Formats: sequence, C-alpha cells, structure tokens
Amino acid sequence: MQAENALGRVGLWFGVMLLSIGAIVAAKDSGFAAHATIIGVVAFLLMCFSAARFDPTSNARSFFKMPEGPTRYDDDPVRWGVIATLFWGIAGMLAGVVIALQMAFPQLNIEPYLNFGRLRPLHTSAVIFAFGGNALIATSYYIVQRTCRTQLAFPSLARFVFWGYQLFIVLAATGYLLGITQSKEYAEPEWYVDLWLTVVWLAYLAVFIGTIVRRREPHIYVANWFFLAFIITVAMLHVVNNLAMPVSLLGAKSYSAFAGVQDALTQWWYGHNAVGFFLTAGFLAMMYYFVPKQAERPVYSYRLSIIHFWSLIFLYIWAGPHHLHYTALPDWAQTLGMVFSIMLWMPSWGGMINGLMTLNGAWDKIRTDPIIRMMVMALAFYGMSTFEGPMMSIKAVNSLSHYTDWTIGHVHSGALGWNGLITFACMYYLVPRLWKRERMYSLRMINWHFWLATIGIVFYAASMWVAGIMQGLMWREYGTDGYLLWSFADTVSAMFPMYVMRAVGGLMYLSGALIMTYNVWMTLAGKLREEKSMTETPYDADADRPIPATVPAE
Amino acid sequence: MTDPVVKETAALEKPKGHKRLERNVTLLSAVTLVAVAIGGIVEIAPLFWIDNTIEKVEGMRPYTPLELAGRDIYIREGCYTCHSQMIRPFRDEVERYGHYSLAAESMYDHPFQWGSKRTGPDLARVGGRYSDEWHVQHLKDPQSVVPESIMPTYSFLSETPLEIADPAANLKALQRLGVPYTEEHIANAESDLKLQAAEFGSAAELEARYPKSQMRDYDGDPSRLTEMDALVAYLQMLGTLVDVNSAAAQEELAEEKGR
Repeated sequence: MQAENALGRVGLWFGVMLLSIGAIVAAKDSGFAAHATIIGVVAFLLMCFSAARFDPTSNARSFFKMPEGPTRYDDDPVRWGVIATLFWGIAGMLAGVVIALQMAFPQLNIEPYLNFGRLRPLHTSAVIFAFGGNALIATSYYIVQRTCRTQLAFPSLARFVFWGYQLFIVLAATGYLLGITQSKEYAEPEWYVDLWLTVVWLAYLAVFIGTIVRRREPHIYVANWFFLAFIITVAMLHVVNNLAMPVSLLGAKSYSAFAGVQDALTQWWYGHNAVGFFLTAGFLAMMYYFVPKQAERPVYSYRLSIIHFWSLIFLYIWAGPHHLHYTALPDWAQTLGMVFSIMLWMPSWGGMINGLMTLNGAWDKIRTDPIIRMMVMALAFYGMSTFEGPMMSIKAVNSLSHYTDWTIGHVHSGALGWNGLITFACMYYLVPRLWKRERMYSLRMINWHFWLATIGIVFYAASMWVAGIMQGLMWREYGTDGYLLWSFADTVSAMFPMYVMRAVGGLMYLSGALIMTYNVWMTLAGKLREEKSMTETPYDADADRPIPATVPAE
Repeated sequence: MTDPVVKETAALEKPKGHKRLERNVTLLSAVTLVAVAIGGIVEIAPLFWIDNTIEKVEGMRPYTPLELAGRDIYIREGCYTCHSQMIRPFRDEVERYGHYSLAAESMYDHPFQWGSKRTGPDLARVGGRYSDEWHVQHLKDPQSVVPESIMPTYSFLSETPLEIADPAANLKALQRLGVPYTEEHIANAESDLKLQAAEFGSAAELEARYPKSQMRDYDGDPSRLTEMDALVAYLQMLGTLVDVNSAAAQEELAEEKGR
C-alpha cells in the first residue's frame, strides 16, 4: 500500500514535470518559460524525494530544532509558518530599504531587473503577502485549534496550503523582477499565478471552516470571526479584481477584463480592502487572541466586539473610492467613498479600545513585559493610522495629500506600526511555546527591538509627513506674478533630505527585525541569555524603617 | 451544517440573536459574505450601466499595435509606480499638465494606468510635449537632461529588439474584452507594428485604420525596431487623441440638460 502510494506520487510529480517541460518549449515569452522552469524544478525535486523516500523536511526539521513526537495540537505547519514569516519579513524589509535608498540615490538602480519600478511591487508583495500572509496562516492555524479545542481538519490540505502559498510567493516575486505584472497594485501577479492562489486560498478556507465545524466548544471565538471574514472577503476580492483575458494559454501576458473607470474602481475596491481585510481583520484576529493571552486578562467587551466586527466588515468595503478623489470617477462614487471612510473611524477605534482596555488591571505589564509593550504600541499605531486614514479621505485634505509621499507615510505607520509590531509580538509569544522552551533567549533584546522599531517608525512617518505636505504645497504654489512657482524638478530635489531620513528609519526597523531573528535562532537552539531581569523593584534599606515617634512640643 | 457540540446542547436551549451566528459557522459565513458584498455591488455595478459615467468624446480610438507594445513595456517596467495618468480638475494641475483627464480617455485601457503616486510628473498629456530625441535621451540617462531627476536609467530599451510573439493575438484578446478592433486591424497587426516605426512607408494606410496615428522612426535608429521605438511611440500619443475643447462644449451641453 505504502509502495503504491509512493509510486503514485512519483507518477504525479513526473507528470507535472513533463507538463512544465512542454510549457517551457511552447512558451510565448521568456517570463512564462522561466516560471515553467521553476515549477519543473520543484516537481523534479519532489519526484526524486518521493522515489528515494527521502524526506527533506525531516532534515530541515532537525535543522530548525523542531520538537519530535506527537503534540496535542497539529503545530507543525505553525512552526513552518513562523520561520517563513521571519524569512520573508527580512527579505521584504530589505527590499524596502533598497528602494528607499534608490529614491535618494538613483544610481542604486541596476537596470533592468533591479530598477525601482520592478522592485517596488516586490517590496509591497513581500511584506504584505509573504510576511503578513505567512503570519496570518500560522497564527490562524494556531488560534483556531486552541479556541475550538480540536486539531486541524484535513492535515495534509493544511500543509498543501502552506507550501502552495510559498510557491505563489516565489512565482510572484520572480515574476516582478522578470517584468511579469498586471500593474494592478497589490494584485500584480499574472493570470496563472492568480489561478494558483485561488486554489490555495479555497483549500485554506476548507481547512479553516473544517476545523471550526469539528470544534468541541459551543461558541466560535471572536478571533475566528475575524479570520473567517478575512479569508472569505479576500477570496471574493482576489477573484473579481483579477478577472483577465490571457493573450495565450502559453504566455504570461493578459489584459484586465475591465477598462478605465470601472477597472480603477474595481482595483481600489480590491486595494483598499486588501488593507481592510488582509491587514486589518486578519491582524485584529491575532490581537483578539494574543493580547488577552499575554495580558492574562479576558477581552474587555464582548458587546463591543460584536458591534465593531459587523460594522467594520460592512463599512470597509465602501471606502475604496477615496483612492480616486477628483479623478474621472463619477462624483457620487467619490462622495460615497468619503462618507463611508469617515464612518469607518468608529469601528476601527472599537477594535483599538477593545484591545487596549483588555489591559485593565494589567497596565503595569507595559513596564515589565516587552511583549505587552509591543502589543500596546501596535494598537496605538492602529488607532493613529485609522484616524489619519479617514482624515485623508476627506476630499479637501485629499486634494493636497493625494499623489504625494504623505500617503506612503500613512501606509507605513499602519504597516510598520500596527501589522509589524503585532506580528513581532505574536512571534515572541509563539516561539517558546511551539519549540517547548521556557522563554525567549533574551527579553532585553525584545526591548531593543521594540525601541528600534518604534523610533524607526517615527523617523519614517515624520519625514513622509513633511515630504508629502511640502510636495503638495509646492505643486500648487503660485508666485505674485500669477505663475506656478516651482517646476516639478524643483519639488523632486527638495525631497532629498526627507528621503534620506526615511531610509534611516527603515534601516532601524530592519535592524530591529534582525535582532529578533537572532533572538529566535538562539531560542530554537535552546539557549537562555544570562541578563539582568526586566523588572527590578528597587529596595532602599534606609527607607525601610519605622518612623520614630516625635515628641510634641511643650 | 449544524456543528456537533451545538447538536448536543440544542435540546437544552435555543440560542437567540447573535448567539445563533456564533454557534453556526455556515450561518456566520453566509451573513459575513452578504455584509461584505453589498458595498461593492452598490458602488461598482452601476458604473457599467449609468450612461454619464463615461461621456462620449470625439477622437478616441484603440491603440495601434506599436503603441500597445509600448504600453505593455510601460506596464512591465512599473512606470505606474511613479507616474500618474490622471490630471485632476485643479487650476495648478491644469496649468502644469493640461486639460483635466476625461473618463473616455481611458476607456480602452485594460488595465487603467491612472496611478497613485507622483514621484515623477503626470504623463496623461505628455504626448507631443518633448521631441523623440529628448525622450530617447531621457530614458537612456534621465539625469543628463533633468539633473534633479531620480528616475532609473532605461538604456537597455534601445538595445532590445521589440519581440512580440503574436501582435494579432494581443489585439484579439482586447477585442474579446470589447475594444473595437476590427478583423482588418487584427489581420494587419503585424505589418502595422512594423509600418508605424518605419522611416518610409504609407502613412495614409495606417491613418485609415488608426486616425491621428504618428508614423516615424522613434528611437533614432531606423535600421532596427526596438523596445525604445514602442515606448516612445506610446508616450508621444498620450493625451493626443481627444480634442479637449470640443469635450468642454459637451460639458456645457450636459449642464444645460441638468445632468
């Protein structure tokens, strides 16, 4: 039976390999041939592994010191997810620092493969989908098992989701460097990669819902509502926005199904809700599990979580048109987008309040626990950027901020502050538990990471505020003679100092993540750093005495 | 489907209100899907049937095969990450870039290239503003013509021959999506592609199929058809098709009709 299985698997991978060789030969363009080669190589390796009964993951598992033997919950994919999150996080942030430096020093562009235009989608996809996506898959697998008191449904499908998602990332990333792109922001991969992601995503939905169905708890915990909304909505957004007509079934190129106005609104309906559901709903789910766990307090308000969940997912979808203010999009759609974006402020803050107030009675932990400190800072940045967002969606403000670096700063205060910090905090929570260690190798290094990241974000956001507002004002400034005062080139050269400061901020954030990687590595190795404890209640022996009775004056 | 634990407790109590959703994953998923679908349906769907979403203007035509090839290069290189093609109706933008963009001007853009960031200037009406020589020099080495520029160099474009597996297939795919290419356009796609960048050729023939098309050698090397030819051809036609002044008259007309 086992031999038959192995033979079947060899046959399957052999078939895939033959298909990809056929695709390489018949490919209409070199990009498609390159992608077929990647798939062919993967299939060939898997074929060899199946034939030789060689399991590379077992070697890799011992390399990453994963605990042996059965565990109560199915945590293997979660461990892989943690490692993938760290790896892609470093890769994506490094790409970010590189393109930040390219904007200050254009000599750093290396044509054609490493030009800004090709690296920028690599950076955005790597941090959102590779770093954020792996964090979401890993934490959702962890949380859904524990809150449902059961193991993952369809264990092999769960592993397929993880590895299939990594293949999606590799195809997307190499595609950008080769110039394979649909040019729709955050949806750049071409039609065949989109189809693959659809398969992977539906498998993810099946694993997640399957696990909830076999739960041993009557209620579905609030974190799972958010994960469910995230998975369902991303599926809907992904399928609709990526509708396209391939030029050839053997070529990479396709043309978007929609054109002009309709395409623009479909794209920003997708783009804004990639923020709303991928980066908000999914990460709120992480917050709803790990903040109460780390604080050892129950979630502040159950009612608030119901109200803000439904209002958040209902309102978010409407906000897309604020990316298209004063464009050729009809006015009614712009106004609708603006109104809903402003309304969105409240449910967003509902999430922040529910997270922060969970610390009621445990506020002292901000002083003593660097992980809690990170979570609180993440929620604070979440609140900050969900205030800034509605403000920027007001048409009058947007007329100044749109097309400028203010938008970039806004995005990063959310992405670095909220998504980044909450992910780091969750990883610090997960690693010792998944690898059965007493604690992280070093708590003081977490503290260093916290401060490097926080100061880095401040550098980043502040320089982009200045840059964006300056740029917007210079574009519209008139001299007393009634002519525009600045040429476009003037505004570009004025940005230089801000671009340098932004790169410094990004570099600080990246170095924090590198410290984290070292810290995790040492934790995996089973080491504990000898260091001064984070909490030291000072003892003053002189003050610790009874006050002698004073003799009252006669 | 009802979940196992719920079945066990169902006999004891009938959950009400939100508790029903919390105990039934099918119901929770369905209600979630409805909640997230409404916004998109209300905002996007009407754009496909409300007439005045795209006011008709004179002069719009599909891209020539060479312009389309240039546009595909524009997309491939990620030009949209730094350049918008959407002029907003503000005094400063109109004075800087030209008449504000009309919805009809991107009606054949699959996908749209409005962009979201102006690290460089808007390009919606860049066509005809600079010479071909300027564009070639600027793409090869931007800082040589604009010292303050932070644009990357694209000198490889003039070294790379323009290779398109099947120009007709590109037009055919767009035709399937509703772009009004005729069978004649598709049959002549390959020859039109070469014709538009040729030094000597019949401009009238191209003009008949694609009004206002510009025919010349773009990259300064008539012996070769390069990616530079295609990209410059695309840049030089941006914003040149529609007579915006006639569009202005239509706007007044629309105002009179009270739309």
